[in-house]
Amino acid sequence: MDWISPRKLKKLGLLNMNRRNVDYIGRYNERSSFPLVDNKLKTKLAVSEYGVKTPKLLQVVRQQHEISHFREMSENLDGFAIKPAKGSGGKGITVITGRDEDKFVKASGVRISVAMLERHLTNILAGLYSLAGTPDVAIVESLVQSSPALAKYSFQGVPDIRIIIFQGYPVMAMLRLATKASDGKANLHQGAIGVGLNVGTGHSLNAVQFNRPITLHPDTGLPLQNINIDDWENMLEMASRCYEATGLGYMGVDLVVDENEGPLLLELNARPGLAIQMANGEGLLPRLNNIEALKRPHFSPRERVHYAMETFGKH
Amino acid sequence: MTVRSRAPFYIFVFLLIAAGISIATWRHIELGVPLVTGEQRPVWMIEARVDFEGLDEAAQVSLHIPEQPPGFSILTEQAASPGYGFSILETSASRRAEWTKREVSGPQTLYFKVQFVPEESATGSARTRKPRAIPAFWEEPEATAVRELLRQATERSSSPESLTRELIRLLQPDSRTQNTTLLVSDDNYLQLLVKMLNHTGIPARTADGLKLEDARRRQQLMPFLQIHNGNRWLTFDPRTAEQGVPENLLLWRQGSESLLDVVGGGNSQVSFSMLRQTVPALQLATLEANQKGLGVLGFYQLPIEEQSMFRMLLLLPIGALIVAFMRIVIGVRTSGTFMPVLIAVAFVQTTLLPGLIAFLSVVSIGLVLRGYLSSLNLLLVSRISALIILVIFITAGLSIIGYQMGFNTGMTVTFFPMVIIAWTIERMSILWEEEGAREVLVQGSGSLFVAICAFLAMSTSLAGHLTFNFPELHLVVLGLILLMGQYTGYKLSELRRFTPMKAYD
Repeated sequence: MDWISPRKLKKLGLLNMNRRNVDYIGRYNERSSFPLVDNKLKTKLAVSEYGVKTPKLLQVVRQQHEISHFREMSENLDGFAIKPAKGSGGKGITVITGRDEDKFVKASGVRISVAMLERHLTNILAGLYSLAGTPDVAIVESLVQSSPALAKYSFQGVPDIRIIIFQGYPVMAMLRLATKASDGKANLHQGAIGVGLNVGTGHSLNAVQFNRPITLHPDTGLPLQNINIDDWENMLEMASRCYEATGLGYMGVDLVVDENEGPLLLELNARPGLAIQMANGEGLLPRLNNIEALKRPHFSPRERVHYAMETFGKH
Repeated sequence: MTVRSRAPFYIFVFLLIAAGISIATWRHIELGVPLVTGEQRPVWMIEARVDFEGLDEAAQVSLHIPEQPPGFSILTEQAASPGYGFSILETSASRRAEWTKREVSGPQTLYFKVQFVPEESATGSARTRKPRAIPAFWEEPEATAVRELLRQATERSSSPESLTRELIRLLQPDSRTQNTTLLVSDDNYLQLLVKMLNHTGIPARTADGLKLEDARRRQQLMPFLQIHNGNRWLTFDPRTAEQGVPENLLLWRQGSESLLDVVGGGNSQVSFSMLRQTVPALQLATLEANQKGLGVLGFYQLPIEEQSMFRMLLLLPIGALIVAFMRIVIGVRTSGTFMPVLIAVAFVQTTLLPGLIAFLSVVSIGLVLRGYLSSLNLLLVSRISALIILVIFITAGLSIIGYQMGFNTGMTVTFFPMVIIAWTIERMSILWEEEGAREVLVQGSGSLFVAICAFLAMSTSLAGHLTFNFPELHLVVLGLILLMGQYTGYKLSELRRFTPMKAYD
């Protein structure tokens, strides 16, 4: 058994679960704002007013009888994603990447019929994937065409960028790459790779899988040291604007880079995980304390991003 | 958004914990509720037996009974006397047990039983009307002898107590002078002493005491002398002049009231037998609390059925405390927050090993059946409902099979909360599909580990005893749980999780 002493962790400024819950989520996140991020449809509507783009909404299925409209709507679509509005951790998301005659092709290559998609929609409405099993709404979005520059690193799936926004300041960021082990999903505890990103530049720092440092992607074999995210400052600003949209003081913003549309917001998370610290090889606490100690917070997202890039970008 | 000061919170928690501990201490000291189980305390059972001969007429028997003998408190009183009317009469001066019957003939026996608890702090009667000395009249030549003796005793003393001691010493056979031989005869000694003390202005009276020895029968009361020193009555041994009530002496009668009055009967006498009993301290405390009207503070006055239910309920906070500790400080992952506590409660009723076997078999059979349910692609509510029915089938099946095979323990499986088990199976099954078997194993064994810890804590007799008899201790548990809710330090499991960070140190 290998242990790290609490004193060492403290020295590294590592944020832990209890402290995150009590001192950050409990203190900075209003309970009433949670439904805004727990419901993807509400998130979409809320952030659109603040100029944050999300994948195009094709259809919302609220009632059982509306499912019949889905068949008409999907007839001339090649790729789309069906999501439960209140799903968490990627549960219940079906991604259709193409057509094979009258069948739909899933991201994994499996072919399924329209009837099966309709049953999937029924399940979503009944609350099969929602938190606590409450009735839900299904949303159909256009497919994200991941920009090839990033997509090549990921094994299937779309690589996404997680940015921790604290009181509107981007404090830490990482790129999440799906692997064979994670079954094409970008969840770190399922085996996805987390690549820490320099907040100042958007350059990769180091990478971890299952909490262990790695240098090469285990499936694509590409080195993970020299990844660079384009248009970094804009992405940070977009993430920062979500603070105004939701009022949540401590949250995780998940972005993807679309080939045509540029950066898009995938979802917000009011309880972001702690693994981002491992990917960055740095604790969150010093950065959070830095923001908390600010006597005069910056008002515009642009100012906040500039401050964060300058302060947290030094390495 | 505001950072509130935590000082009021800590003060509140401190008050909670202090209140819990101090109420428990108070109840332990004042009401004698024992801190550990099985503590025994001695109790004296004294039986007064009144014998008399009926004279074919209406009889009335009146026996003096103690009220607040110094050093003891009365636990129970009970009269046994078939055919007699019985009541206890309390007047300002005394307490008397009174038996009455219209027609009495032949030898009669009446019993009166009292249980006494030795108690250091119990003081004598609280009746504090200051008594007055009754001056006596003496004829010559006694008057001169009394005067001379009292003069001697007064010269050698300074207080009522020392005067009494000196007087007793002067009246002893070995120090007798002419004066004393004139006054003292065998049967008037104590009366003479009382009379002489009264004559000097010291209120005095006789008292009757019972020497407590285990399993004695036909004991008689022993006479004692009591004087009033202006504040309270003091007891003296009239032979040795020793002051104070000996430890094993129970003053049955104090004051000048007669011990026994019988109207309509003759040849009456009273004798005492005694027995030293041990009573569980808890039972004693319960009885005493009920007498003092403090029983409302505990659960002792509830019907037994409710009491046993509360016994169970009051163990739950212990389980909750352990779950909170395991999850917040240790970081054990469990499936469902309080599922382990409910399982632990079931274990308390089934005992550990049979419970464990029953639980594991129900859950694993349930998981197999749930696999089939999931292939049916049902909606959540009907899937859980179906699962609940299946769980009931499984438990019924296990009970019947167990019973037929001769294991009565198979029946105990019904103690498990069915709905909770159904949800556990559902969660485990979803976990299996989404995160793989490893996570199921981690959370399942984590839940069982916490459940077993909670069971071990809850099933100790001390925990059951303290939670039920000192319900105020739950304030302490509450305080600890509140404190844990503010714990922002690292969990033990995080020290392991973040180990790779060593590389960046």
